[in-house]
Amino acid sequence: MTFSHNQSAHCESGVISSLLSHHGLPLSEPMAFGLANALAFAYIPIVKLGGQPLIAYRLPPRAIIKGLCKRLGVGVKFHKFKDPMTAANALDDLVGQNILVGLQTSVYYLPYFPEEMRFHFNAHNLLVYGKRDDVYQISDPVFEEPMEIAPRDLNKARFVRGPLAPKGLMYTIESVPESIDYPRVIREAIAKNVKVMTGAPLPVIGIRGIHYLAKKIDKLKGSEKDKRLYLGHIVRMQEEIGTGGAGFRFVYASFLQESAKLLSDDVLAEASKTMTDVGDTWREFALMVVKECKSKEPIRLAVLSDKLRQCAAQEKQVWQQLKAWCRK
Amino acid sequence: MRADEVPQDKSSTYAGHKKLLYAQGQDGEYQGVQSTGWEVEATATRDAVAQFELWAQEAHAEVLAGRKSPLYFHMYDCRMDLPLLCQLTGLWRWRVMRHFNPRHFARLSDSVLQRYAEAMDRPIEQIQSLPDKPE
Repeated sequence: MTFSHNQSAHCESGVISSLLSHHGLPLSEPMAFGLANALAFAYIPIVKLGGQPLIAYRLPPRAIIKGLCKRLGVGVKFHKFKDPMTAANALDDLVGQNILVGLQTSVYYLPYFPEEMRFHFNAHNLLVYGKRDDVYQISDPVFEEPMEIAPRDLNKARFVRGPLAPKGLMYTIESVPESIDYPRVIREAIAKNVKVMTGAPLPVIGIRGIHYLAKKIDKLKGSEKDKRLYLGHIVRMQEEIGTGGAGFRFVYASFLQESAKLLSDDVLAEASKTMTDVGDTWREFALMVVKECKSKEPIRLAVLSDKLRQCAAQEKQVWQQLKAWCRK
Repeated sequence: MRADEVPQDKSSTYAGHKKLLYAQGQDGEYQGVQSTGWEVEATATRDAVAQFELWAQEAHAEVLAGRKSPLYFHMYDCRMDLPLLCQLTGLWRWRVMRHFNPRHFARLSDSVLQRYAEAMDRPIEQIQSLPDKPE
């Protein structure tokens, strides 16, 4: 199979962008991310990761692939399995037929991941493009180069139980549309994203969610070490988990810029700039958190929550810009 | 963020790999830029890793003292906590907690041990024993 590996910031948008490009529908990663209206913010205290609440800067796993394919009219086929042997055979069949396959895996069981990055996260996406000398050739979108993995390790990573269990999830592209009606899909995607960020009925989602987190920081109790872990966790969610910087804000700014060019639209170009500023503020927030945590003085929580409120205010501005644009 | 502001801190957490970020070039155009690491992010990552290592060390001492079974140590050594171990094995919380007791753990059947072995990706013999020193 002639397949060219492309590095991307995020696994899911990277995988679907590579898959579609391979099937003759070239689509950049930011475009895939934006058209799936994937940007979000959610603070979910009932889901715990290592004792810390889940903080998400995008839609839940699988939503990017599903949302994008639905919006563009791409035929995508998902397979789940009960039995690892069946799953392994099904994968071998497809690879034997030279079909590019997407898989959901758990990071912890992928041996090529840097040791310090191996946490239990079950929704990591990657592509299998071949099998040689009994090892799978895979394209993991967050790495610079294609990787190889032994069947035993891959099968293990595909069948992990627990939250977001992959259950051997495997997906292939069945059909792609001949062209994309960009003016329509861009408008739809942005309108939907505005709704997620400004109109969610829960106080923990969207811009209200950012304010909610700021309030949580204000009220943070416990030892300095507990605080440090909690705040560090926010930074990790924002930066570490393949977000392209500032919790996907830069990816989205890039999407807005690309859209502005496609539609020759000045408002979108302006919104892209505001979104860049938003991203810069998030980065400043991360920097401040780590500085506060490292200093010998007690952590000044109010300074951090103020910065977060500044993020929220800027986000509000950009989403209002986009809301007005959608109404036009 | 501008392309020349993309941090290149050669973080140990990346283990020599590079990550892709999006940043603006000279002309304001967004492009993918590789980063060798960001100290801010690396600090947060190392903190999280250190927390698990600390738990593992404390657990190691508990097991040595005979208060807990080796399973308790291996849980933290695999970067898990109790809720996660329950979910990964499909066992109820009270059962897992019971298996932290050395007496109960010693009597476990192979099929239950196998579930732990699969979740932790370690052979049964390893889970039944305690290494000399935590990492």
